Amino acid sequence: MKVFNFHLMPYRHVDLDAIERHGSAWVTFSNRHYDPKKGAETYHEYLDQMEFADSLGFDGVCLNEHHQTAYGMMPIPGVLAGALARSVKRGRLAILGRALPLLNNPLVVAEEYAMLDNLTRGRFTAGFVRGIGAEYHATGVNPVYSQERFAEAHDLIVRAWTQPGPFAYTGKHYQFNYVNPWPRPYQTPHPPIWVPSQGSSSTIRWAAQMRYTYAQTLSPIAVVARFFQMYRDEAEKAGYQASPDQLAWSNTIYVAETDAQAMREAKPHLEALVNRFLKMPAEMLLPPGYSTIESMKRVRAHKVTGKTSSIEDLVKTGVVIVGSPATVREKLAEYQDLAGFNTSLTKTQFGTMPDDMTRANMTAIAEEILPHFRNRLPQGTRAAAAE
Amino acid sequence: MPDPATTRMTLRGCGFQLMRGGTGAPLLVLHGANGAGAWLPFMAALAERFDVIVPEHPGYGASDTPDWLDTIHDLAYFYLDFIDALELDRLHLVGISIGGWIAAELAVRNTSRLASLTLADAAGIHLPGVAQIDTFLRTDEQRIRDFFHDQARADEMIARVLRPELEDVAMKNRVATARLAWQPSGHDPHLAKWLHRIDVPTLLIWGAEDKLFPKDYATAYQTLIPGSEVVIVPECGHVPHLEKPKAFVSALQTFIDRMRVAA
Repeated sequence: MKVFNFHLMPYRHVDLDAIERHGSAWVTFSNRHYDPKKGAETYHEYLDQMEFADSLGFDGVCLNEHHQTAYGMMPIPGVLAGALARSVKRGRLAILGRALPLLNNPLVVAEEYAMLDNLTRGRFTAGFVRGIGAEYHATGVNPVYSQERFAEAHDLIVRAWTQPGPFAYTGKHYQFNYVNPWPRPYQTPHPPIWVPSQGSSSTIRWAAQMRYTYAQTLSPIAVVARFFQMYRDEAEKAGYQASPDQLAWSNTIYVAETDAQAMREAKPHLEALVNRFLKMPAEMLLPPGYSTIESMKRVRAHKVTGKTSSIEDLVKTGVVIVGSPATVREKLAEYQDLAGFNTSLTKTQFGTMPDDMTRANMTAIAEEILPHFRNRLPQGTRAAAAE
Repeated sequence: MPDPATTRMTLRGCGFQLMRGGTGAPLLVLHGANGAGAWLPFMAALAERFDVIVPEHPGYGASDTPDWLDTIHDLAYFYLDFIDALELDRLHLVGISIGGWIAAELAVRNTSRLASLTLADAAGIHLPGVAQIDTFLRTDEQRIRDFFHDQARADEMIARVLRPELEDVAMKNRVATARLAWQPSGHDPHLAKWLHRIDVPTLLIWGAEDKLFPKDYATAYQTLIPGSEVVIVPECGHVPHLEKPKAFVSALQTFIDRMRVAA
C-alpha cells in the first residue's frame, strides 16, 4: 500500500464558537475571523509538515482546493505545490484536485500541472474535481453547468497535453483559437489523473472507463467498499480488471501509545473537523443542478451535513482509524482487505490539531504502521485482482 | 368563474403544459420561479374579461427541459415563436418575477403583436446598493416567507406546497431557475441598454415590501421604459398576484381600460 500525507490545511486558529453561531465555516463566514499573522505561521507550519512527511518516508503529499472557508486555506493549491516542488525531494506531489468547472480558462490547469510535473521531474499527480456545492456560491459559476464544464475542461486539458499544438478548440463553454501550452508535461503521455469524489455513480463509472485512479472522500468504510466494488464492476464492463492501485481511500489516522490515549487526544480536533469545519446548510452544499434530483433528495433525506458526529461514531463506522499502533495496523489491514484499495490518502493533521501532536502522529505512523504495509496488497477476496 | 382547459403543446421540439380560460382579448401570463402551478384566483378573475393563457416555461413543472434551453434569451425567443404559433394579436403580456424578466427580454426584441406589457416585481436588471436576498441560500420555507409581507399568507402557502409529493417538481423548478438566473444573479447586464425599445403601454406593478426585487426596481424600470406607469401595492411582498390578487387584477384592468379609452 502507498500512503500519502493528505493535508486539508484548515485555519486551525479559528474561533469554533463563531462557526457554531454562524452555522457554517463556508462562504458567508466572514474572513474577519482570519488573522494573517496566525495564518502566515500556519502556512509555514503545514508546509514544514509536508516536508517532514517526505523525510519520514510517506509515499507522497496531497493538496486540494476549496474557496472562501476556514476548512482549508488552499484556494490556489498550485502556490503551495510550487513551494513544495523543490523541497519534497523523494515522494510524489499530488493536487486532489483543481475544481475545473470553476475556471473560465481551464488551460491554466494544463499549464500549472505541466509546470509542476517539470519541476518535480515527473513526480506529480493530477487531480480533477468539480468542487463541492459551496464552491458554486463562492465563485458564482452556475452549478447547472458543472458537469458539462467538467467534461469539456477535462477533454481540453488532456488534448492540450497529448496533441501537439497549436490547435483550435471550440466547445460550448470554452473556445480557443490556439491551444499550445508550454511547457509540456514531463511524464508520458501526461501525469497520472486521479478523480476524488463523494461517491457519485456517474463519476465512478467515468473514472473506471478512463482508468483513472478513483479516490473516495470521508465516508464509512462499508460505503467505501461499496463504491470501490462499483468501480471494479464498471471496469469489468469496460473490458478490463481494475487494479487496487486504481483505488484510493481518503482517511484520517491518529496513533498514540494506547487506544484510550489516542481517542482522548484526537477527540477535540476530529470533532472540530466534522462538526465545525465541515458544517454547512444543505442549500450551500447542494445548489440546484449540481447533482441529479435523485441524489439531491438522497442527501437531503439523510441530512448528511446537519448531523453531529462523535469520534466514537467515526471510529466505529470506519470513517477514521484511531488507536494504538496494533489497533491501527489491524484496522487498516482489515479495511484494505474489505475495500480492496492500495492507496491511503491519510490526514495526519485534522481540525485544530497543533504542530507537536501532528508531528508525533506522523512519526508514529511512519515508524509503527508504514513498514507493515509497504508491500502489502489487499488479501482474501481482493487478492486475485491485485495480481 | 370560467374553468380553464389544460392542454399540452409541442413547439421547437419541446413539450409543455398550457392552461387557458376565459374569453376576450388574449392575455399571456409568464409565471415566476415557482412554476405555473394551479389556476389561481387572479387568473380566474382576469378570465372574466380576457382569454387568459398560462404556459409553463420549458424547464419547469410538467414541461420538458429542451437541449436548447440555456439562458433567459432562449425563453424570450421561445415565447415570440409561441405568440406567432398561436397567432395572438393585440396581446396583453403579463410577466411576474422571472417571468417579468422573460417578458422584458421579449419586448425589447419585438412588440409587433403586443397591445401592452405588464411587469410585476420583475427580475432582469440590477441596481447597485439595493439590498436583495440570495434566494439560492434560503431553505424552501424561508424562500416562501421571503415572498410575503403577511406571514399568515406565507403559512398558508407553506402548508399547501411544501409536501413530499410536490418535492420533485419544486426541485426541477429550482434547477430551471438556477439555469436562467444564477449568474449574473437574476439579471442580464445588457437588458437595461435596450429597454427604451419597448414602444407599447407598460405597467409596473410592485409590492411595496418586496424583499427580492425591492420597489426601487419599479422606479428603475419606469425610468428605462418610456411612458411606463407604476402601481405600488401597499403591505405586499414579492408576489402581489398571490398576496393581493384583487389589487393586482384591479391595477391591470384599470390600466388596460384606460388604454382602450385613449385608443
